[in-house]
Amino acid sequence: MKVLVPVKRVVDYNVKVRVKSDNTDVDLANVKMSMNPFDEIAVEEAVRLKEAGTAEEIVVVSIGPEKAQDQIRQALAMGADRGILVTSDDDVESLGVAKVLQKIVEEESPELVIMGKQAIDDDRNQTGQMLAALLGWPQGTFASEVKKDGDKLHVTREIDGGLQTVALNLPAVVTTDLRLNEPRYASLPNIMKAKKKPLDKKTAADFGVDIAPRLKKLKVTEPPKREAGIKVESVAELVAKLKNEAGVL
Amino acid sequence: MAILVIADHDNNELNDATLKVVAAAQKMGGDIDVLVAGEGASGVAEAASKINGVRKVLHADDANYAKRLAEPMGELITGMADGYSHIVASSGTDGKNFMPRVAAKLDVMQISVITGVESEDTFVRPIYAGNAMATVQSSDATKVITVQPTAFDAVATDGSASVETVGNGAFPGISEFVAEELTKSDRPELAGAKIVISGGRALGSNEAFEQYIYPVADKLNAAIGASRAAVDAGYMPNDYQVGQTGKVVAPELYIAVGISGAIQHLAGMKDSKVIVAINKDEEAPIFQVADYGLVGDLFDLMPELEKAL
Ligand SMILES: Cc1cc2nc3c(=O)[nH]c(=O)nc-3n(C[C@H](O)[C@H](O)[C@H](O)COP(=O)(O)OP(=O)(O)OC[C@H]3O[C@@H](n4cnc5c(N)ncnc54)[C@H](O)[C@@H]3O)c2cc1C
Ligand SMILES: Nc1ncnc2c1ncn2[C@@H]1O[C@H](COP(=O)(O)O)[C@@H](O)[C@H]1O
Repeated sequence: MKVLVPVKRVVDYNVKVRVKSDNTDVDLANVKMSMNPFDEIAVEEAVRLKEAGTAEEIVVVSIGPEKAQDQIRQALAMGADRGILVTSDDDVESLGVAKVLQKIVEEESPELVIMGKQAIDDDRNQTGQMLAALLGWPQGTFASEVKKDGDKLHVTREIDGGLQTVALNLPAVVTTDLRLNEPRYASLPNIMKAKKKPLDKKTAADFGVDIAPRLKKLKVTEPPKREAGIKVESVAELVAKLKNEAGVL
Repeated sequence: MAILVIADHDNNELNDATLKVVAAAQKMGGDIDVLVAGEGASGVAEAASKINGVRKVLHADDANYAKRLAEPMGELITGMADGYSHIVASSGTDGKNFMPRVAAKLDVMQISVITGVESEDTFVRPIYAGNAMATVQSSDATKVITVQPTAFDAVATDGSASVETVGNGAFPGISEFVAEELTKSDRPELAGAKIVISGGRALGSNEAFEQYIYPVADKLNAAIGASRAAVDAGYMPNDYQVGQTGKVVAPELYIAVGISGAIQHLAGMKDSKVIVAINKDEEAPIFQVADYGLVGDLFDLMPELEKAL
């Protein structure tokens, strides 16, 4: 089967972002950008499906700035076959992303879309579910295991109480959780090879879908700051403080 | 204007999170109806009818809702959307699963995991692992919202709303429940516990959790949590993970044991009222948010703590 993997260029997970002093947004000037960690897991899963003979072709797609090419190249170096970059100067919200992805799915006809459960910039956790709804496909969200079983896809999901397994008709959308796999590092030869893999470029306008933002960011502020407290010298002192000062025991 | 709140439950019990979601809905303004979709969940519908400030409970009963899979839930809720200005659910894994489906079907942008309500169309939500708070205004006709329950105080439960049976939505029949493996525990539930004690990579094994964390948890009647590192290493099940991509908790007391305090972990616990950190590295970032820090080896300190309680 053909697998489509949407990947997002986001701030690297090690960066502690700061709010701009005018409170319009966070300051992303000169910070390190990377592939969203959950999307790396999605790429890895697709590559493993290919290595297992379940998948034949892996197409990676990113919607974002020209620079999102770097993240597509990384996915190609990990083992994806070709990429599609959809450029947009403005931030495209999840609904807009899902609509563009829907168009790409209609063109490419993959049997499976694997994507991250959550982009770690906006922490929204919704694009995969939205895409599945627009396509009328089933979804296996927060996956920690994906197995093809006959004509069904068995997905084990991380839920609040533990784990749940669902069987999905194909085509389907899967979103990844952290424990699905551990993504590989691309080797240098594969990074070189990835430079020659095909990468199609389009613009969001090419798809003729409404991607106008629905949410207006009125302001972005610092979270309430926690002051560091005190160091206690002993367990006895800790228990005394918790009882008498904090009143929580 | 009316608001539809989707109840969080397991067919047997109404999850307390729903009381907090109703509190958030009250700040949006309008009559509040609660949807209980499940199988054999009339006890839950009954419990929901007692939530203060609820106009009526809508009860959909069908085997297809037994596990609240996203596909049938998406159809059901979308079919009921007419007449509601807001559709609101808890940001637990159920709500996170089916609400964006509803949003896409209604062609609206979901407002995920809000922690504040400024007005009927303006909400506050954390972004970048809680390193920033965004205030966003929605221009959509229907607001589809998931709520961080820990950010709101539960409403009381001495109301008496009517319960109405509602018909079912379409059943897409494209997904089916196969099995589940639920963590069994007699301890308080992590998301709503008054005291949480979490262990990190430093524990080194599941046995160490049992030996060093459980006894203290028992004395304090605390829920147990874990860092991602501890969950990844298999010391604890996945549903114990606290953080940006796990559970968000805000107990009265949070005790972090052998946890360094990565931003992703802090995102899940920094709104706790009192934070205690036990770590042998006095430079560990967790101390920057801890009210009380104790520097030392957990393997010495935890047995001492158990005795002192
Ligand atoms: C996309 C993404 C999402 C993530 N989401 C989450 C999340 O939701 N939750 C989460 O927790 N993490 C998350 N992480 C991982 C996070 O970045 C950290 O790697 C993780 O929190 C570290 O766990 P830890 O503190 O247990 O381990 P470490 O960072 O290894 O810290 C162990 C600590 O134990 C101390 N220690 C060691 N021995 C002892 C001893 N004997 N006594 C006392 N102290 C001792 C050490 O000094 C150290 O501070 C995420 C990462 C990514 C990339
Ligand atoms: N601009 C984008 N381009 C490609 N994929 C995206 C984009 N935005 C979101 N996604 C995918 O959707 C997932 C969930 O994102 P979100 O719903 O924004 O948290 C991400 O992990 C990506 O796989």
